[in-house]
Amino acid sequence: MSDLHLPRTAIIDERIQESSTIFTLRLRFEDAAAQEVFEFSPGQFNMVTHFAAGEIPISIVNDPKDSHYFDHTIRVVGRVSEAMSKLQPGDRVGIRGPFGRGWPVEDAVGRDVLLVTGGLGCAPLVSVIRYLMKRRSQFGHLHILQGVKHSNDLIWREQYDAWAREPDVNVLLAADVVTREWHGQQGMVTELIGQLNLRHGRTIAMLCGPEVMMLAAIANLRDLGIADHQIWFSMERNMQCGIGQCGHCQIGAKYVCQDGPVFCYSELADLMGAKGF
Amino acid sequence: MQQSAKIERQPGFLPRSDLQQLLDGIVQSGYQVLGPVVQDGAIQLKAISDATELVKGVSNVQEPGHYRLQQTAGERLFDWNHGPQGLKPLCFAPHEVLWVEQKDPLSFAARLPEVKPTAVLGVRACDLSALAIQDRHFLHAGGADPHYRQRREQLLLIGIDCAHSAASCFCASTGDGPSVNQGYDIGMSELDEGFLVWSGSDKGKAVLERVALTTPQTEQLEQMNSQSEQAAGEQQRKLSKPEELMRLYQRLEHAHWQQVADRCLGCGNCTAVCPTCFCYDTQHEVSLDGQSAQNVRQWDSCFSASHSSMGGFKVRGDILSRYRQWLTHKLAGWQEQQGRIGCTGCGRCITWCPVGIDLTKETDTILWEGSLDE
Repeated sequence: MSDLHLPRTAIIDERIQESSTIFTLRLRFEDAAAQEVFEFSPGQFNMVTHFAAGEIPISIVNDPKDSHYFDHTIRVVGRVSEAMSKLQPGDRVGIRGPFGRGWPVEDAVGRDVLLVTGGLGCAPLVSVIRYLMKRRSQFGHLHILQGVKHSNDLIWREQYDAWAREPDVNVLLAADVVTREWHGQQGMVTELIGQLNLRHGRTIAMLCGPEVMMLAAIANLRDLGIADHQIWFSMERNMQCGIGQCGHCQIGAKYVCQDGPVFCYSELADLMGAKGF
Repeated sequence: MQQSAKIERQPGFLPRSDLQQLLDGIVQSGYQVLGPVVQDGAIQLKAISDATELVKGVSNVQEPGHYRLQQTAGERLFDWNHGPQGLKPLCFAPHEVLWVEQKDPLSFAARLPEVKPTAVLGVRACDLSALAIQDRHFLHAGGADPHYRQRREQLLLIGIDCAHSAASCFCASTGDGPSVNQGYDIGMSELDEGFLVWSGSDKGKAVLERVALTTPQTEQLEQMNSQSEQAAGEQQRKLSKPEELMRLYQRLEHAHWQQVADRCLGCGNCTAVCPTCFCYDTQHEVSLDGQSAQNVRQWDSCFSASHSSMGGFKVRGDILSRYRQWLTHKLAGWQEQQGRIGCTGCGRCITWCPVGIDLTKETDTILWEGSLDE
């Protein structure tokens, strides 16, 4: 029986500083056989352990076809991520995973996809955008909406520009506070949804960001006639085990770590936004 | 390991004076025996080797926020209902190391517990049902937990029918008691003159082959049944039906949640004594030289402030939302997760609540009284 609590060691091959508080670690399992069999889908996460500091859930952001490595983009928000930010190539971390249910990329085949992100470098959604871009012919029109607080917060700016140059890809950026060089709009990302010409019955929406932002986006999408089962989003909760066991991440009867983190709105509609769930 | 079908009873009779034979049979089969003794004024499970160590002539008074043992005039050994803990700590350890890590180079090693074969004497129906619920959680959902399994596989469970109910008991309404009906290796029912004893598994059968049981009299079998009926009839509390309990999710705005929150201390006693609560927290404990660390799992409670914490923000920042999380999960969410409620009617959360919050009463008020506070 494999021990689902026991991490395996992975080596940092590369470290990229994405912004002052965001960095990416490119990792591979020390055990080559473990790396060989490691499979994941966009939206899934690993539990990453830093020696002595602790273990945190981090989304996997690279393409699942990259079989020789996996990437974690991490923002410094607490003690463990702070400790991880000091790691360098050659250092080791512990990995358990992958865990959870990722984005419904199979359901999205043949459809237009609306991707809405609020906040700094929302890694779970970037993973699916990259996935769709690499398999461009399988999907219809892509609307990529990204909102940040301050226009200087946006990371991967070149990547957004590159995506915008692709045919049938619509990239809209919004920032609450903007500088003079900002090409996007001023305001909230959810306000951009109303400007879109979404094709009913053809569009699947994928959201990631603060819950208030996602709730506002869901309300807008429902007003536009997008069905509840075509609205998907990634949830965040206190996750410690990754296997639906420690109990912290429950929303009603759902374990975010196992039934999610990606949910369909029709699965969580009753409790989404209810205080304390 | 997981038995849900009701066990058919084929009891033999064991005179009271021969109980040591049963203990010897268990010990000869390779088990240490945990039996009920009085410690700190409560019934607790401790290692025993002799039947004379067992608590005798003691019953209990259990009411909201109240637990007292009482001396009875009789010779019976099992006239109490239960102490603060059931079987939970024996399988799901309150504090245990899951793995250890070394710093240079970083490496991880599992640390599995060493567990002796352990027989538990006097397990109640509510706790057998609760163990089946914990089995489903730790062994069959998510993934099989090696630590839980290691402990669980070593258990030999000797269940006993409750001849009386405490005021806090409501297992008849959840369908879990007061008589043992599943999940035990040996079943017992206590009579004044001795015990009816039967096997509930192959393991139990092997032990009983070492014990000389006689054929019981018809009156003894009738008394076994009438004691169970009497114990069920004594119960003063009951829980609504599972499908009715699902309506708790429609009553999230009921004014009574706040009334409970005003009394609740958020202490987590209810979750600590609950035989089905499974939440745990993991912590890294670093050695003094900084070269190694261990990952420790310990019981957590949805009443703790950190339970819902993510990056400083707490999903449940107040006691109202914590109590509501506990009750809705226990009585409604659990049904979706496991196909049954997460309560087996033991009533410990009522007894051990320092302010006497009553799960059955609060649930009834929220389900059946008043309109929504809107």
